Amino acid sequence: MTYIRPKFRHPQLPKNNLGYTLAYYEGALSTLCAGCGHDSISAGVVQACYDLNIEPHKLAKLSGIGCSSKTPAYFLSNSHGFNSVHGRMPSVATGANLANRDLIYFGVSGDGDTASIGMGQFVHAVRRNLNMVYIVMNNGCYGLTKGQDSATADYGSKNKSGNVNLFESIDLASLAIELGATFVAQSFSGDKAQMVPLMKAAISHPGFAFINIISPCVTFNNNMGSTKSYDFVREHVEATSTIDFVPTMKEISVDYKEGTVKQVKMHDGSVISLQKLSDAWDPLDRQSAMNAIINAKAKQEILTGLLYLNPDSQDLHSLLQTSDKPLNEMGEKELCPGNDALTEINAGLR
Amino acid sequence: MKPTDIKDPEYFHKVVDCQYACPAHTPVPEYIRLIAEGKYTEAYMINWDSNVFPGILGRTCDRPCEPACRRGRVEEEPVAICRLKRVAADNKDDVKHLMPKGPFKQNGKKIALIGAGPASLTVARDLAPLGYEIHLYDEQKAGGGFMRSQIPSFRLPETVLDEEVNYILDLGIHSHFNHYVESLKEVLAKDYDAVFVGTGAPRGRDLPDTPGRQEAAANIHIGINWLGSVAFEHTKKIGKNVIVLGGGNTAMDCCRTARRLGGENVKVVVRSPFTEMKASPWEKEDAQHEDIPIIDNHVPKSFVVENGKLKGMTFEKVKAEYDESGKRKLVPVGGDDVFFEADDVLVAIGQENSFPWIERDCGIEFDKWEMPIVNETTFVSTNPKVFFGGDSAWGPKNVITAVAHGHQAAVSIDLLCKGEDLNKRLDPMVNLISQKMGIHEWGYDSAVVNDERYVVPQADKKVTLNNRKKEVELGFDPLTGFKEAERCLNCDVQTVFTENKCIECDACMDICPTACITFTENAENETDLRAMLKMPANNKTQDIYVSDVLATKRVMVKDEDLCLHCGLCAERCPTAAWDMQKFFYNVTKADNSCYHHQK
Ligand SMILES: Cc1cc2nc3c(=O)[nH]c(=O)nc-3n(C[C@H](O)[C@H](O)[C@H](O)COP(=O)(O)OP(=O)(O)OC[C@H]3O[C@@H](n4cnc5c(N)ncnc54)[C@H](O)[C@@H]3O)c2cc1C
Ligand SMILES: Cc1ncc(C[n+]2csc(CCOP(=O)(O)OP(=O)(O)O)c2C)c(N)n1
Ligand code: SF4
Ligand code: SF4
Ligand code: SF4
Ligand SMILES: [Mg+2]
Repeated sequence: MTYIRPKFRHPQLPKNNLGYTLAYYEGALSTLCAGCGHDSISAGVVQACYDLNIEPHKLAKLSGIGCSSKTPAYFLSNSHGFNSVHGRMPSVATGANLANRDLIYFGVSGDGDTASIGMGQFVHAVRRNLNMVYIVMNNGCYGLTKGQDSATADYGSKNKSGNVNLFESIDLASLAIELGATFVAQSFSGDKAQMVPLMKAAISHPGFAFINIISPCVTFNNNMGSTKSYDFVREHVEATSTIDFVPTMKEISVDYKEGTVKQVKMHDGSVISLQKLSDAWDPLDRQSAMNAIINAKAKQEILTGLLYLNPDSQDLHSLLQTSDKPLNEMGEKELCPGNDALTEINAGLR
Repeated sequence: MKPTDIKDPEYFHKVVDCQYACPAHTPVPEYIRLIAEGKYTEAYMINWDSNVFPGILGRTCDRPCEPACRRGRVEEEPVAICRLKRVAADNKDDVKHLMPKGPFKQNGKKIALIGAGPASLTVARDLAPLGYEIHLYDEQKAGGGFMRSQIPSFRLPETVLDEEVNYILDLGIHSHFNHYVESLKEVLAKDYDAVFVGTGAPRGRDLPDTPGRQEAAANIHIGINWLGSVAFEHTKKIGKNVIVLGGGNTAMDCCRTARRLGGENVKVVVRSPFTEMKASPWEKEDAQHEDIPIIDNHVPKSFVVENGKLKGMTFEKVKAEYDESGKRKLVPVGGDDVFFEADDVLVAIGQENSFPWIERDCGIEFDKWEMPIVNETTFVSTNPKVFFGGDSAWGPKNVITAVAHGHQAAVSIDLLCKGEDLNKRLDPMVNLISQKMGIHEWGYDSAVVNDERYVVPQADKKVTLNNRKKEVELGFDPLTGFKEAERCLNCDVQTVFTENKCIECDACMDICPTACITFTENAENETDLRAMLKMPANNKTQDIYVSDVLATKRVMVKDEDLCLHCGLCAERCPTAAWDMQKFFYNVTKADNSCYHHQK
């Protein structure tokens, strides 16, 4: 019986700039079903954080409830984490972020956790441009509670017991763009080559970075007729571009064909290099991104890759002009300046 | 690259590193699991079938399996494979009833075996149950060859030796001990259907031209002759100051024996640097533990004799230098010669073959080094009735190699006597059985333990140095044996991949602790593909397992090098595209009846 992952790792595992191997970014052994897409996404997170040389203690994992929301246990064991109430991850993230702006906030949610019970919270985190990564592991069902259709299940999609979904689905990516998200991407759990650079770009993005990742539920939604099964997604996936993420330090070497490459400089100096697959799409233009999604949908395609990016993103802290020094580093004196200060403020409002 | 042919028995055989490295291909992980289960008798019999001398080898084997052990690639030390064999031998019940029992129906064929070392004894064991009349000749008074005359009792107790030699002699072998064969012609003139030469490499090298050699002859002894004379109790003591020349295992046995026969100030002096000595590391350690200094980089120059008596030896100090091709040269470092005092000197600088008793006109061709020309597969010489094996075939090796030769020679002799082609040898017996018992349950203990190698306890030096026959190593007790057995990674439980079941979810690739599995585009050749993996497959001695093309046009590639056989890939696979299957590989022998009997 193997419930324990062996301690041994490949003796030649390379080390990143911090001197850590990939293993240092691992988590506990997953208890998800064998073959669950969510596990591949966890592996992607491990890779992205390793590649970005993230110090694990500078990152906080936040999640709600669901199989997807369990995954933070399966990566970054050395990071902070908060597994919140169902659908309430955004408010916990908001609070944490306001108290300590110096951490990387890595939110993980499911389609149920986000598009059903958590919808009210999700939309506000988006429109506030909270500086966080928000990943939805989207399997079109409530995996943890045995596979009921979720609000992202496509109209006409068949579930495991053969019932057809009668309702329109919520398209989280369009919704996020609509609400003013500054980084919106889609991906597929079975495509790490795309997923990992997207995650790295999302982590570097100052503001709300949303990635909707189609992640098949092998147990309850991998049947014929489902639009979130491995087979269906593989047949219908269509990418906007191939993507490369180039961190600040590295020199950019472009070996793409002239004209098809778009390079987007990010706030921190890093560069996203996109080899566009369609001329009709401009990732810096909201309207164009919306059109691309709608067109893809009409063709029954699942559009993946970076969809929209606003490089001039102003996150919640800059919008509110909060102090540069994180609140949690301030002492009582600074945080509660006392009655005189209050009186002064009140006087200013008279 | 083309998909790997896993139907070829050698593919999975190679994955079982230890078994593959063992000259006799003993099914190592199978017996280690039996030891962990406390089934010592069964573990013993698996060994007995393959290597004939489990109790002897569990103490003395050269253990080529251990440097090959996969565990040594993922952590410091390999599994103590050899000493686990001893656990089986020490704790087994009566095994006689599990062995072939005579009298066997005779087939009318007569075979002569010259020399009663492990090679000949193996031929005897394999052929006797088939009805052959076996005649075994040795100049010594008992069977065992060098295992009796050379390997000292403090490493191999006589009781253990006798037990395992007798299992064979009891098969109805006609033994002719105290019988030196003086002429092969005479043997061939008798009505034998085949003759097997297992006479070893019995001549110890000397230093005939070193000054003082003749004058001090009374106190200069050839190592292997001296060890033989101690074993047969003709020699019972040695001087206080002893120099042992040589850096191989014979030198180690000589110096340790000298310590037990009155040598107080015993030192080993060797020409080469310490790290390049031929002796196994554990033999060197054992010698040093018995207060025997090993002085390296010293080349013997002369025996110093005063008043006709040996006083000691002088040596020239050297250092090793290497040319571009890595060839070593020992160059003098200058300075004065070094003198060491000695009452006796033991010369243990190598052995060679010698066949004074084989006439050169009986159809056996010899090469320019006076070695017989022997076929490497069939062990037949240029005389179709005469076979060679063990040290007599290609010079000094070890017991397990002699056994492996014996098995193959027996197959050949059997084929010859049946009038069949010696090259039409049967394939090994192989078997592949799924170990799946449940989602997280396997028919083997798949969890990988982190324990470091356990050390075999030794008897008190005060006792062992005073009694030549007192065994130094005490062996693992059953509990430690269990713990050491648990370190085995079960490399015979193979990861078997079924392409058309795989949905390419990546679960196996993500979970594999040692990054063995990659889904990738295929490449033209192996070198390119090896470089494209999640972790480049740099250990070329280990194969990569390439699947057929998958739905996404990619292939699955598994680097066998560091696989822990933990089964996690198979546990995390939603479709059972991976399965853990136990691979059993048994070399075909002339007689496999002991194995069948036991099943
Ligand atoms: C000091 C020493 C220690 C060793 N320790 C180990 C060890 O720990 N582990 C290990 O694996 N190997 C060890 N070896 C090597 C090992 O003993 C041999 O490789 C092995 O025994 C070879 O087996 P064999 O069957 O070829 O012949 P041998 O064991 O050499 O037996 C040959 C027999 O033939 C007899 N003989 C020879 N000529 C004639 C003749 N004309 N007529 C009749 N009889 C004859 C000899 O007396 C001898 O008994 C050691 C060797 C030495 C010298
Ligand atoms: C307040 C509350 N309501 C309902 C539940 C039951 N519940 C647990 S998980 C879940 C749905 C999770 O779906 P999703 O977020 O898509 O995660 P998945 O398991 O599919 O990854 C529900 C409804 C709950 N835990 N808490
Ligand atoms: S129920 Fe579905 S989502 Fe949950 S672990 Fe299993 S496969 Fe993954
Ligand atoms: S058994 Fe599977 S998971 Fe375990 S080390 Fe081998 S390939 Fe990797
Ligand atoms: S876990 Fe199984 S189905 Fe998934 S990729 Fe590996 S072999 Fe294929
Ligand atoms: Mg879900």
